[in-house]
Amino acid sequence: MTDDSLLLDVRDVSVTFDGFRAINNLSLALKPGEMRAIVGPNGAGKTTMMDIITGKTRPDTGIVRFKGRDLTKLDEPTIARLGIGRKFQKPTVFEALTVVENLMLSLKGIRSPFSVLMARPTARERERIAHLLKLTRLEKHADRQAGGMSHGQKQWLEIGMLMGQEPDLLLVDEPVAGMTDAETMATADLLREINRTRSVVVVEHDMDFVRALGVTVTVLHEGSVLAEGPLDEVSADPRVIEVYLGR
Amino acid sequence: MNLLSKPGARSFPGAVRMAAVVVVVAIVLAGASMLPESNPLHVSAFVVSLAGKYLAYAMLALSVDLVWGFAGILTLGHAAFFALGGYAMGMYLMREIGARGVYGNPNLPDFMIFLSWKSLPWYWWGTDHFAWAMLLVLVIPAALAGVFGWLAFRSRVSGVYLSIITQALTYALMLGFFQNGLGFGGNNGLTDFKDILGADLHTPTTRAVLLVVTGVMLALALLISRFVVGGRFGNLLVAVRDAESRTRFLGYRPDQVKLLVWVFSAMIAAVGGALYVTQVGIINPGEFAPANSIESVIWVAVGGRGTLAGAVLGAVLVNLGKTLFTAWLPEFWLYGLGLLFLVTTLFLPNGLMGLWRPMKKAAPEEVTPEVSDTQGDEA
Repeated sequence: MTDDSLLLDVRDVSVTFDGFRAINNLSLALKPGEMRAIVGPNGAGKTTMMDIITGKTRPDTGIVRFKGRDLTKLDEPTIARLGIGRKFQKPTVFEALTVVENLMLSLKGIRSPFSVLMARPTARERERIAHLLKLTRLEKHADRQAGGMSHGQKQWLEIGMLMGQEPDLLLVDEPVAGMTDAETMATADLLREINRTRSVVVVEHDMDFVRALGVTVTVLHEGSVLAEGPLDEVSADPRVIEVYLGR
Repeated sequence: MNLLSKPGARSFPGAVRMAAVVVVVAIVLAGASMLPESNPLHVSAFVVSLAGKYLAYAMLALSVDLVWGFAGILTLGHAAFFALGGYAMGMYLMREIGARGVYGNPNLPDFMIFLSWKSLPWYWWGTDHFAWAMLLVLVIPAALAGVFGWLAFRSRVSGVYLSIITQALTYALMLGFFQNGLGFGGNNGLTDFKDILGADLHTPTTRAVLLVVTGVMLALALLISRFVVGGRFGNLLVAVRDAESRTRFLGYRPDQVKLLVWVFSAMIAAVGGALYVTQVGIINPGEFAPANSIESVIWVAVGGRGTLAGAVLGAVLVNLGKTLFTAWLPEFWLYGLGLLFLVTTLFLPNGLMGLWRPMKKAAPEEVTPEVSDTQGDEA
């Protein structure tokens, strides 16, 4: 049974690495336009879950559907083109390229090598990039090499690249790791802004950040969903307290 | 937004200047060789064919720079494509000899008579036509590069593993071409060429024309390469080089990106090889030797990886050094080459091109001082 009103439908997914069950009967459903925060201790399977959704890892069993399409047989570029963007835990921007060049490569559209070879910047692309620079507050750094920027700026650039892809769903892995408090709150604002037009899944450890997002929280533990609901409700759940503090 | 209309940091003005320099030098040397010998500006035929050889090597270096400097593929077998292009040209030049060979057979090259072959192998068909042979120069290396690259990049073979299999590729080809039965003259290769398109290869005029043609082809290769790596595709290559898996999550297929530049690069090397054979007068399996491919990587490292012009500069200078060195102290050349590579790696990571680039880059940075309040702005 699949529900076509869902944007992302992960159902009963399991995956095992060398006998270790990283994901165990995990189910997660996301409605169009929803933002969801995923929390959980280290090793709970948060990153593996993102690997499965983006095609990096194949699940042993279970269903992964995005806009009604089965993702389990598709590779990373195909899934990316379907409209799933991913931001990694460690900011991965193209360090030898400038901010603008990074954003240019991310823009939705041209992907085959020959068309990239022939591509020249269009007025629409310039407009898009100007908009993304504004959104990520990197206007002043447009021509800087990405490698020379601060950690927080790289995180923002990567979010900008994610927006450039115009995905329907953004998977964001620990976006505020290593950020100052002020940067963390600004990032929460940015994600809320992005969520006005797109669905977002955020994996994060930082509880202040999750609180600032003010969305439904899913708690993962040992590869399964332990609890789901508003943050206050979930954090009052004795099983969650047990997992986070009991060891 | 002026910053968006700029062609980007990678516009390689050096490649254009180098293309112009190469053509001018080739024309000047060719012209000087046509002067009477009594003229003090006269250049000997030896120097002309030497210069032609350097420029052909420069095409090999350029092709290595394209894949190594921009796509991060450290090829240790690129001389294979150079040699294949050379063999394709050699086949045409053999057929041009016609009945003037030692055995006087109008259809079969001497080495086939020697092997008591009665007819040409099928793959020699059409090689008496210049246009067909030139097509082979481009198509055979491109096809081999295409199949090899498709298999290697699709299986995500990279780094030192890829370097090793490129080395194995050229070594296997060398062993194959040593076989008499393969139909390419075995050990001796193809030689004793008489003329090209009816023009005697040994006259100063033909040599001068060949030098100019080599210069023009090198310049053309530089300009096309600049087009390939200067724009968005060049940025994509650098992205694939530095963070291949990230490009996949943006929806690109890095294997296809690498394949495109790999095949293009093989074709440049092949054209270089074809022009090399016309001026050197011989092609044999030794051209496939792994050492040749490794030397071409050193030329690029010395000139400056990822700069296009640096590859040409490195190829010409190192080969000039080799010519002089092997005349004075032949037994020490390999030590000299090794030392050169060490010094470059340790002290000149950007090669000779790196010597004047930082000076130029420093200027605009002083005009726009670093903004120090970025963190505050973002919060």
